[in-house]
Amino acid sequence: MIEVQNLTKYYGKQIGILDVSFKADKGEILGFLGPNGAGKTTAMRILTCYLPPTSGAARVAGFDVLADSREVRSRIGYLPENVPLYLDLTVSDYLEFVGKLKGMSKKRRRERIDDVMEECGVSHVRDRTIGKLSKGYRQRVGLSQALINDPEVLILDEPTVGLDPQQIIEIRALIRNLAGRRTVILSTHILPEVSLLCQRVIIINKGKLVTVDTPENLKSRLQRSVMVDVTVRGGLEEIQSFLESRPDVRAVTHIESTDESTHSLRVESTENRDIRESLSSAVVERGFGLVGLYTTDVSLEDIFVHLVTKEDVD
Amino acid sequence: MSRMIAIYRRELAFFYNSIIAYIVMMMFSLLAGYFFYNLLAFFNLASVRVMQNPIASQQLSLTEGVLQPLFGNLSIVLLLIMPMLTMRLLSEERKTGTAELLFTYPISDWDAILGKYFAAVTVLLTMLGLTLVFPALLGNHADPEWGAVVTGYLGLLLLGMAFIAMGLFFSSLTENQIVAGILAFGFSLFFLIIGWIGPFVSSGTAKVIVQISILEHFHSFSRGMINTNDVVYYVSFSVFFLFLCSRVLESNRWRS
Repeated sequence: MIEVQNLTKYYGKQIGILDVSFKADKGEILGFLGPNGAGKTTAMRILTCYLPPTSGAARVAGFDVLADSREVRSRIGYLPENVPLYLDLTVSDYLEFVGKLKGMSKKRRRERIDDVMEECGVSHVRDRTIGKLSKGYRQRVGLSQALINDPEVLILDEPTVGLDPQQIIEIRALIRNLAGRRTVILSTHILPEVSLLCQRVIIINKGKLVTVDTPENLKSRLQRSVMVDVTVRGGLEEIQSFLESRPDVRAVTHIESTDESTHSLRVESTENRDIRESLSSAVVERGFGLVGLYTTDVSLEDIFVHLVTKEDVD
Repeated sequence: MSRMIAIYRRELAFFYNSIIAYIVMMMFSLLAGYFFYNLLAFFNLASVRVMQNPIASQQLSLTEGVLQPLFGNLSIVLLLIMPMLTMRLLSEERKTGTAELLFTYPISDWDAILGKYFAAVTVLLTMLGLTLVFPALLGNHADPEWGAVVTGYLGLLLLGMAFIAMGLFFSSLTENQIVAGILAFGFSLFFLIIGWIGPFVSSGTAKVIVQISILEHFHSFSRGMINTNDVVYYVSFSVFFLFLCSRVLESNRWRS
């Protein structure tokens, strides 16, 4: 339903998103997770044809966002982060206006407006001016306008931000109900929201795609492995390839080099088992100088949490 | 087309649901009434003075004495009012973020531009329509040249439409309404008085500059004449700025 390949967007020299590729299938709820400024909104704006990508391609429902922009736009429903609505209109007038812009016939508008207002729980405020509605209700009206043309793809930018806990629960329930027939992409910087709503998660940070996985897999990945930080004297590439070749090691990342021959690396074990002993003897046997070795307090989960809630930590 | 009409109706409803349209119409009618009264009172005085002189009274014309200066004055009032009507049209959508939704709907830029343009033109038509009461009063007591009335109003309409197109263009440039308004006002005035430099430049340049001047093309309308080149001028002026506006909307997407 959605296909994104090597998508890159620069704002002048600043990176919006860099080389992001992913896919979303029909009926899937896909979550964009990342701190503010990670590029979630940029990615969504490209998918909704509001911004053209600098390079790469994005296809929505089989249509290219650049070449067949109008086809794409008539198949999506979009809710931007700050929910920009026309505050001077009443809810039903506003939905009527949006329905016309989305090219719906009079008959279809009449059917859909009532349905959508019912679905989003705004029927009883249909004659109220949007400017006089609370944030929670505006969010619902925003969802209504996205849904009015019964789109195949729904793109929601931080749909629960700024709502009170009760409203958040209601909006989440609403989004869950919307899925099934539609492909939903939503962005958030709240970790539990993803596991509650999404079938798959894309983690982005600083414009780059960090990982794509199901929330369950991410969790079990976090629980399964043990992380060991080693500081070794020797050639960086040799050390790295040596560590990677070991059967009990899943991944090796370079953390820092204090000087040319002293390097700190983070080693992730394949199983949930302490690999310090075997690792230290192997390093020494191989002839590298072992300077330090300790299990790290920073688990993958910590990194994950730190990554997505960075603005709260800093 | 139906999408353009939807935007047109929404903009028009905004004008008439907010106080803007009424304030604009009130001020325009008030000033027009004041000009009309002054011009008529002066004309009245002049005609009493020349009553004994048949030759002079022959030369006294309602068109030259009342209509022509009235249309001239109203063109200046349009210059002041049109920027205030147009300044929010696109800049407000950008400021409040509604542009992001608007342009992700399956509409073309032209749907938005023309919908908004014709909404402002409709307000202009209402403004001008209200002032028809003055020629009507004139017709009740005297015998004005109705042809001159028609061409004068046509001139005002074309002039106002040119100001609206330019105002809409400046509104697309910025998300600040005041900036859009000042730019529109400044450039409208500049195009109006650009002919003043005529006597101080070479005759070739002067010819070109005079042809660019908004005011120069208005004269014949207020005198009761329709020249094709004046009509073509105003229409191309509007089309040019609407086209620039569409380019700005397009390039905003690529730059931002």
